[in-house]
Amino acid sequence: MDLKTYILVAVIKIALVVFIMLTGVAYTTLLERKVVARIQNRWGPTRVGPFGLLQPLADGVKFILKEDLVPSNVHKGLYILAPMLALAMSLVSFAIIPFGESISIAGLTIPLQITGIHQEGALSDINIGLLIILGATSIGVYGVALAGWSSNSKYSLLGSLRASAQMISYELALGLSLVGILLLAGTLSLRGIVDQQITPCLSPGNCPQPWFGISLFRFIPHWYIFPQIIAFFIYLMAAYAETNRIPFDLPEAETELVAGYHTEYSAMKFAMFFMAEYLNMFTVGCLATLLFFGGWHGPLFGPPLVQALLPVFWFALKVFFFIFLYIWIRGTLPRFRYDQLMAFGWKFLLPLAIANIIVTSFIVAWRA
Amino acid sequence: MIHQVLFIFFGVICVVGAINLLAQRHPINSALSLVLVMSSLAMIYLLLGAEFVAAVQVIVYAGAIMVLFVFVIMLLNAGAEERGPGGRVALMLGIPAVIVLVGTIAWTLISRSQQFGEVKISPSDFGATSNIAHLLFTDFLLPFEITSVLILIAIMGAVVLGKKEG
Repeated sequence: MDLKTYILVAVIKIALVVFIMLTGVAYTTLLERKVVARIQNRWGPTRVGPFGLLQPLADGVKFILKEDLVPSNVHKGLYILAPMLALAMSLVSFAIIPFGESISIAGLTIPLQITGIHQEGALSDINIGLLIILGATSIGVYGVALAGWSSNSKYSLLGSLRASAQMISYELALGLSLVGILLLAGTLSLRGIVDQQITPCLSPGNCPQPWFGISLFRFIPHWYIFPQIIAFFIYLMAAYAETNRIPFDLPEAETELVAGYHTEYSAMKFAMFFMAEYLNMFTVGCLATLLFFGGWHGPLFGPPLVQALLPVFWFALKVFFFIFLYIWIRGTLPRFRYDQLMAFGWKFLLPLAIANIIVTSFIVAWRA
Repeated sequence: MIHQVLFIFFGVICVVGAINLLAQRHPINSALSLVLVMSSLAMIYLLLGAEFVAAVQVIVYAGAIMVLFVFVIMLLNAGAEERGPGGRVALMLGIPAVIVLVGTIAWTLISRSQQFGEVKISPSDFGATSNIAHLLFTDFLLPFEITSVLILIAIMGAVVLGKKEG
């Protein structure tokens, strides 16, 4: 593949992923309002379009048309930089995430991943993929921290102090919970980790027996959720805290802090924080799918076109499950107290994560 | 070609960030310039093929340590600092020292420019995570563990000092 085609393919992939992700964010807000409404025995948005399906569009138009206020006495440069940083860093993660195997168009084999390449008959991606996502998340903290500080408002400052303290604390448990997976997989490449979760099927006769025509035994028994179920729960809880969602949404606790770090933001700048938060939820869902649930692997059947699209469908289905879980928990659980939050992170999740690493490494060493 | 362009680009960002760090009067701007320096350094490591070091540079320095810096500046609500005229000693010693330092580096580089080889970025897994891990847990096990203990002692010292105040 020469440089021109490479750049063209990369630009098309980036545009597609950004478009799909931002549309996904818009419709997740609708889903959230609908599901939470049903949990609370209401209807949710119904007026704009059939079943309220055009509501995200109306919201978007409203965000764009609202006056873009900059309060007086803010630190102007950082006030404008903060939402951009938050949104940009949450989009960076999607450059690393593989959405499926690959597709062949016009003689080119294109991996379904922005940073993936097809070289010498093999697909490969960045071999520090997971670390890049962790890095992007940790730079994203600046967006929240700077927003609160530059707004020059006490509620914003308190919100952002809470948010950064919480994100720094739970980043440790999050990172350590993934070490167990890395010990088992032996690679940091996301594509590599997903490939470890299927039984190698070297020849057609060698594959496990299909069950009702669908071979479930090729992938489900190898999902890392089974050996690493403790790590999965640590990851899930730490990730909820990282994304500032209920029950860890103290940075935006309405009853205490108005809206937390984005109190002083309006119009599109507020929308950028909002999009960043939802994109981070997607990242959490994608990572959980890739690391614990076998990524895009699932039963394949039907004509070739369906077989080509099914992996992406399975991937989207698994991510949707995690998004739904987020909303479900939001409709169910109350908020933690601040000391409970810190004690839970430092005194429970962190030691548990370390114990998980020790046990996993003993088992890996014993097997080897 | 592309490597050189990227190296010059990130090198310039790095130097501009470092100068900006000194020139800014507000501590938060200085801290953010330092983040910029760290991040562009990470990109230079990446260009050298040291991908793990690059990622760790971003996660640890730009992501964790500098966040704590910014956090403390926010917590103390430090304002813009006053700038004095600068001491006479600093002026008398500083400028000659800078001239000597820059002169020495420039002279060394120019006089030995024939001897420098090219940096080869080999396609081998020179900077790969597994290689670094292998070195850390075999050849450099003792220094690595001693450093960890040193950091642990520093943390314990901080806890003890913090307890006394409260």
